Amino acid sequence: MMTPGEQTNRLLLRARDRIDRDYAKPLDIPALARIALASEAHFIRSFRRTFGETPHRYLQRRRVERAMWLLRATERSVSEVCLDVGFTSFATFSRTFREIVGESPSSYRTQGPPPAVPTCFEKAWSRPSSFGQAGRVAAT
Amino acid sequence: MYTRINLSSVFVLDQDEALDFYVGKLGLEVDTDADLGFMRWLTVRVPGDPGRKILLERPGPPSMPEETAAQVGDLLTKGAAGGWIGLATDDAQQTYETLKGRGVEITDEPTQKGYGIDFGIRDPFGNKLRIGQLHEG
Repeated sequence: MMTPGEQTNRLLLRARDRIDRDYAKPLDIPALARIALASEAHFIRSFRRTFGETPHRYLQRRRVERAMWLLRATERSVSEVCLDVGFTSFATFSRTFREIVGESPSSYRTQGPPPAVPTCFEKAWSRPSSFGQAGRVAAT
Repeated sequence: MYTRINLSSVFVLDQDEALDFYVGKLGLEVDTDADLGFMRWLTVRVPGDPGRKILLERPGPPSMPEETAAQVGDLLTKGAAGGWIGLATDDAQQTYETLKGRGVEITDEPTQKGYGIDFGIRDPFGNKLRIGQLHEG
């Protein structure tokens, strides 16, 4: 039997899994809040308390992680990858990618194909853990 | 020195619910379901493969204090407890369709990888499972 806190965690995890699956779609807070059986404001607060960041920021890093993978594993152009992962502005994609990863998408691509591991591990372990710090670290 | 891995375990928060999921939905079978007095020893296995069992263990006293069990439950339901299971199938797409039809939570759609095709699911408690149709060797 799960405690109320565990049940809440599990619902939030279900919502986070939905973000992971639908990362290329616009962030749908009302739908995610329904999964979590919460109001939109309460969902955002609870998500942040449980996972340490807002749903929006979680999604951005997920999109960048997927872009990192696509750049290395496929031959799709950088602008195609931008659209594939849900960015609608190439300028925003390039800026966000550089901010998080510390280098441009084109430069990152030169690392070549990644080794094949199960997708959930790839998603969990290659999602950038910083947000915006990479460039500053690289500059020091 | 060793001949094989014969037993591994994941934490579950309710063993009856775990049984319903791992046997009823996933299609594994019960290997042992025994009340040992101090614990319920509940293992499942892939039908036809008696050599490898998974213990569905409930965290709690006396194995661990209530407060530690609460921490485990907290991590588990956040998807951060670390336990996970990999199952091999000879038809990932069909297995995916079957499990989806049974209402299993899909976390990753079937994806072609260098080692085969696999997809991800979660159990009711937050443990992740990978089901893969893997290349031989």
